[in-house]
Amino acid sequence: MAYEEIINGLNLKDTELRLGLPGTEEEEQQQLQEVSCVRSNKRQFHETTDEHNLKEESSPPAKTQIVGWPPVRSNRKNNNKNVSYMKVSMDGAPYLRKIDLKMYKNYSELLKALENMFKFTIGEYSEREGYKGSGFVPTYEDKDGDWMLVGDVPWDMFSSSCQKLRIMKRSEAPPAS
Amino acid sequence: KANQSPLYMTQDRTEMSEDDDDQSPPSDLRSEPPCSSSSSAVDSTPNKSRNCISSSGTMTASQPFPDHVLENVLENVLQFLDSRCDRNSASLVCKSWWKVEALTRSEVFIGNCYALSPARLTQRFKRVRSLVLKGKPRFADFNLMPPDWGANFAPWVSTMAKAYPWLEKVDLKRMFVTDDDLALLAESFPGFKELILVCCEGFGTSGIALVANKCRKLKVLDLIESEVTDDEIDWISCFPEDVTSLESLAFDCVEAPINFKALEGLVGRSPFLRKLRLNRFVSLEELHRLLLGAPQLTCLGTGSFSHDNGAHQSEPEPDYAAAFRACKSVVCLSGFRELMPEYLPAIFPVCANLTSLNFSYANISPDMFKPIIHNCHKLQVFWVCILLDLCLHDSEGPVSELGLQAISEGCRNLESILYFCQRMTNAAVIAMSENCPELTVFRLCIMGRHRPDHVTGKPMDEGFGAIVKNCKKLTRLAVSGLLTDQAFRYMGEYGKLIRTLSVAFAGDSDMALRHVLEGCPRLQKLEIRDSPFGDVALRCGMHRYYNMRFVWMSACSLSKSCCKDVARAMQNLVVEVIGSDDDDDNRDYVETLYMYRSLDGPRKDAPKFVTIL
Repeated sequence: MAYEEIINGLNLKDTELRLGLPGTEEEEQQQLQEVSCVRSNKRQFHETTDEHNLKEESSPPAKTQIVGWPPVRSNRKNNNKNVSYMKVSMDGAPYLRKIDLKMYKNYSELLKALENMFKFTIGEYSEREGYKGSGFVPTYEDKDGDWMLVGDVPWDMFSSSCQKLRIMKRSEAPPAS
Repeated sequence: KANQSPLYMTQDRTEMSEDDDDQSPPSDLRSEPPCSSSSSAVDSTPNKSRNCISSSGTMTASQPFPDHVLENVLENVLQFLDSRCDRNSASLVCKSWWKVEALTRSEVFIGNCYALSPARLTQRFKRVRSLVLKGKPRFADFNLMPPDWGANFAPWVSTMAKAYPWLEKVDLKRMFVTDDDLALLAESFPGFKELILVCCEGFGTSGIALVANKCRKLKVLDLIESEVTDDEIDWISCFPEDVTSLESLAFDCVEAPINFKALEGLVGRSPFLRKLRLNRFVSLEELHRLLLGAPQLTCLGTGSFSHDNGAHQSEPEPDYAAAFRACKSVVCLSGFRELMPEYLPAIFPVCANLTSLNFSYANISPDMFKPIIHNCHKLQVFWVCILLDLCLHDSEGPVSELGLQAISEGCRNLESILYFCQRMTNAAVIAMSENCPELTVFRLCIMGRHRPDHVTGKPMDEGFGAIVKNCKKLTRLAVSGLLTDQAFRYMGEYGKLIRTLSVAFAGDSDMALRHVLEGCPRLQKLEIRDSPFGDVALRCGMHRYYNMRFVWMSACSLSKSCCKDVARAMQNLVVEVIGSDDDDDNRDYVETLYMYRSLDGPRKDAPKFVTIL
């Protein structure tokens, strides 16, 4: 909602002198807010008034920010930092799916999960020829925005750079180089 | 008994108020009917003189009609019974009435998805066309509970897919809904007409696209305050290409750009469209174009209410006021997501007809809304949040209470208000209690915790006391500011119709909660946080908990042993203890208590952080 900024004590930003790059404070506030959301449910009964707290920039925000107050629905997406959902699309499938890459330890687990999810078979992988034996080719977009074949790089490298997955129809996929 | 106001029929009512018009104790959804015709009926219904045709032997030999004919007659009569509480009463008359009522109930309301299992629903009611289902407790909205607590729609949709192929309407609140669930819904119910998702999450625009595309008879698609993942799908283009049956389309909560051209086309081929709520990716200019094409709208969410960033400055500015003036039927207005205040006067032409005005997403001050309120004589529902109340010039004085005063003077028909502010006075609240006798919902959130009346320095007891005393129709109350036990004494004494009560950072002792539990016979939903209420208070409510939908108490002073006692004494109450470090089992302190009655025992899908006592 419009006023979350104000509640987080940032309305005095304009008059405040600070060192540091612009935007860093917000990030820090956000992180600390997450910490307070996840861990600190400790209520403080004898808080000083909020007005006073707003001015106390020096005290750690985790103490002065009360979880869930004021009672407005906030965007919860930011709180789920421990889960990394990856969009998976398949050519011809009606809608996108999401998976949590952290749930898989290697390629065979991932590919099996994809096969189950979209009800198809992937085929045999070989370094030279890519995937054979099915009409589909699993690809992914890496951090640089390039589309790569799933399986070409070691698993750890893949899982840390994969941004999204696309299971392409063989007819659409470029020939293996 | 139907409410005459047209507003009652809109989804806004569902969103804004949790009051369900249920005036009687809820029905016992036992799958076996009461075996004796008279005893249970007499216990539960006040009308003891009702003559009941029982199937257990009080009939004489000279009885003119066989059972099945009487049941047929009953079926034809009960068909017309709409009210939920009337149906609940009818079902308790006797076995035969129970059976026929179950056959003729087409709209089912389930206030807590964990009060019963989906199987119980489909076993009892065979011809359901419409389901209203509510899940998580409201305080979950404010991060007071870890995610993945439950309230999954999946078991419900899969059970209903088999049992109710003729299902037409699903209205969910605070449920976890996945794209798979929406896909199943779109495939399983060929006559599907209305999908309403309020405060839901777990799905994205891909699921919505499926519903838009496959539900060819769709009349209502309302996404209200839900979290919708952006799957980068042009879902607006997924509606069928021919004339649609759409009457209501709400997507103000969808945080993704939409294809405006497709939207314009959709609105153009939806002759029955009456309600349209746009998201913040629709600019003022685009709104203008839509309004010109759809002057028949009754309910409008304005979208951003600001310029496109790349707006053509050279063109003469559209006459926004004229566009609003042409919308003679608008009674409900919301949106203003990125409000440009200089354009606010454009809505003046519709003020006189407005029954509902939601400014809660707008960065707005009382100075801005006062002139508008002044013209809204018919207003029944008003939501606003006043951000900045700290005036630089003390001589002007703070304005929040003046804003409240203005509303109470301008809108004598006000029924429901949600007002966020930094500070308040008893005088302004008392004035509202006197000027607005029709109030059923009063939610005042003074954002500064424990804030007293800023003029007198006294607690806000008298203000809220006046509300419960003077607003005789009050069914929902949310309190804030500095409150002593006295405020709760007032609530217990005068709040006889209160069904929903929200308390935060209030009260001095157990007596406060005791006043409420002993004094408010209609209390159904009680949510309390950060207040000094403990075991003594909890025990005072034992006579009430089976007649309530739920009780939430977080960061209070409850002990685990007391909660265990309650759980032991009340077998049909599910007592959940949530959160706090679970490796520390010795700790007797309860961070969060959430308890509710259930016919099917504790749920089997509870996550690790929930302990069911």
